[in-house]
Amino acid sequence: MAKVEIEVPECPEYPIIPRLKEGMMAHSKPYIAVEKFQHELGFPGELPENWQEAALDKMQDLLGKYRSFQVYLDSCVKCGACTDKCHYFLGTADPKNMPVARQDLLRKVYRRYFTLAGKYFPKLVGAVDLTKDVLDDWYSYYHQCSQCRRCSVFCPYGIDTAEISMAAREILASVGMGQKYCNEIIGKVFKIGNNLGLPEPALKDTLEGLEEDIFDETNVAVRLPLDEKGADILLITPSADFFAEPHVDGLMGYAKVFHESGVSWTISSYASEGANFGMFIGSYENMRRVAMRIRKAAEDLGVKRIMFGECGHAWRVGYSFLNTLAGPFDFLDPNYPVPQHICEFTYDLIQKDKLVFDKSENDEHVVTFHDSCNVARATRMGPKPGGQFTIPRAILKTVCNNYVDMDADTIHDATFCCGGGGGLLTDDLMEIRVKGAMPRMTALKKIVDEDKVTTLVAICAICKSQFIKTLPYYGMQMYMMHSLHQLVSSALVMQRLTEPADDSESESSDD
Amino acid sequence: MFFTLIFTVLFYAAIIIFVGGLAFKIRQYWQTPAPLKIPTTPAPVTQSGVIYRMLKEVTIFESLFRSNKWIWLFGWCFHMGLFLVFARHLRYVVDWSWVALIQPFGIYAGFLMIFGLSGLLARRFLVERIRYISSPSDYLMLILLIAIAGSGLLMKFAFHTSVIDVIDFVHGLLSFGFHILPPDFLLYMHLLMVVGLMIIFPFSKLLHAPGVFFSPTRNQIDNPREKYHVAPWAAKLGSDKE
Ligand code: SF4
Ligand code: SF4
Repeated sequence: MAKVEIEVPECPEYPIIPRLKEGMMAHSKPYIAVEKFQHELGFPGELPENWQEAALDKMQDLLGKYRSFQVYLDSCVKCGACTDKCHYFLGTADPKNMPVARQDLLRKVYRRYFTLAGKYFPKLVGAVDLTKDVLDDWYSYYHQCSQCRRCSVFCPYGIDTAEISMAAREILASVGMGQKYCNEIIGKVFKIGNNLGLPEPALKDTLEGLEEDIFDETNVAVRLPLDEKGADILLITPSADFFAEPHVDGLMGYAKVFHESGVSWTISSYASEGANFGMFIGSYENMRRVAMRIRKAAEDLGVKRIMFGECGHAWRVGYSFLNTLAGPFDFLDPNYPVPQHICEFTYDLIQKDKLVFDKSENDEHVVTFHDSCNVARATRMGPKPGGQFTIPRAILKTVCNNYVDMDADTIHDATFCCGGGGGLLTDDLMEIRVKGAMPRMTALKKIVDEDKVTTLVAICAICKSQFIKTLPYYGMQMYMMHSLHQLVSSALVMQRLTEPADDSESESSDD
Repeated sequence: MFFTLIFTVLFYAAIIIFVGGLAFKIRQYWQTPAPLKIPTTPAPVTQSGVIYRMLKEVTIFESLFRSNKWIWLFGWCFHMGLFLVFARHLRYVVDWSWVALIQPFGIYAGFLMIFGLSGLLARRFLVERIRYISSPSDYLMLILLIAIAGSGLLMKFAFHTSVIDVIDFVHGLLSFGFHILPPDFLLYMHLLMVVGLMIIFPFSKLLHAPGVFFSPTRNQIDNPREKYHVAPWAAKLGSDKE
């Protein structure tokens, strides 16, 4: 694979906080969305004449709509506790990548136009006019935030820079400065149903191909059903699962688990996308439009449950927002949470001894688990807080003999983002992606050296794609990257040789 | 008499601005909806769990402790000192027995405050990252607080002020009767700065005090799958459910 030439930051032996290097990343910015993609999402195609007024109006509008935005702009005391918590700061040393400094880009303008102190004493409180330079700075640095919320964990008031980034991106889009990568993708979901623009016939082909692959390997006719009315479960999974490596091995893993469970399931061609980039651009309206497709698919197919595959931000939108955006889901089976995560499903079957594993199949792996930021800090699995950490690890320990965790201050809710989340997974942002991966790569490299870890597991499509690209920059193999259900799949011993029957004893959930 | 009049007017004005301004901001926070469930997880799944989480945040500064031990040490000392000093000052208004009881602690708390504030100020000058994010107002706020605490301690230990007379003055304020404020330069400075602090409170970052209680990442229950949650403005979008 061709590597873009990027000055890769060194992995320090012990965590150090870099000296500031002002303006280091000021040049980094993603391509702007062209007019067509802007219009499809209801945004203007280019910077309007009265952009300043329009941007401030939008800010006012958001201040009235989001308590987080209003409270967080007021409450920061500049204590500095968050300054060394962002992976993009640690990887670039650019001070504007310190969470509070990132917020300040917008807060300075808020103060100037919306607070008395900023109106009359701008110098005193560091308020500035909204100029084109400021707007360009926003575009640059709000696209160097993966909305990972690590800073929020460590702020004494829980100030979440992700909320500010989302608001900033929405303001930018509303004055014609949307981001190409995200907006183009959302447009594809509206038109075709998934981020890739993979139409129904191609999807059908792909799934049939995967059925053949599984049959060749196991001699069992495992199905990957598409648009099957009356199935129990609608699976919503990121479209990367349909073709990318190692995502697709995870998808085959889900299929095998479903097969073994005896529960019927289906994918929908209309809602063939778990990702919801509406969240990244901070647009409630677009996020809702994408989410409504899932509701419609569930209604049309007459399913009883909705389940999400391995994807971080999709699980955030699923777990935390789906009910709000497209609910209430009173037409689904009330015995199950809506939605469920595939890991909850697999874990439940393991608890009930419904799955048989041969762990030795995974003996070549020494495994570690990367907590994806959205799963770790914005969702839960199972009934207990922290289930999002324990459940995936419990599954891994059930299917593998060798498991090692990375350093305690880089996992669970202190996990470092992969560097490619929040709508940054695009080639035009490769430099910030590679640099932002440094803290995670450092922790990984340590256990690769000390504990001979061979395999990195994640349950997020973005993490997987990002690591495949960044591992080589840090002297590690892209093949280290695995899907969680890929390892489940290799250890799973197929017991049910027949097709899943509809009247099989139904498995029930304990949450 | 002249100064008594000035301070009387200032105090009434400050109280109106402080209470009115805070009430306005709290009302604004209260009325602004939180359209999405965004607690930073792992988060409590019950209301009592949320209360416990919030209590830990505002008493022991739990997140800050995890984050940075130095800022925690200085910040916590300052706030605890402030709290005790504030409680000690209640004696100017009421004569409850517990207020009498904590008087000795209140004195030393003044030193604790200055210790914490000086630490925070030193970090603002010395730590490059914090210097970068500081505006003039951030330094001035710390200096103002140090000066308030310092002038208070000076009145206690160096140039004694008649407590009885100040109590009379405060009671006068409260009952809209007038009592002469003892002529004392330090006291005037002390009171002037307190009045200043009250006035800037609702317009500055001191809003973090009410703000923390309204922070959705800390005050929301983690139950989005169990409980339907929607903001009024967002519900209107739903009328076109496809
Ligand atoms: S930790 Fe919170 S209050 Fe402190 S500087 Fe960062 S955002 Fe501001
Ligand atoms: S949300 Fe993540 S990427 Fe954004 S400023 Fe905070 S730590 Fe950095």
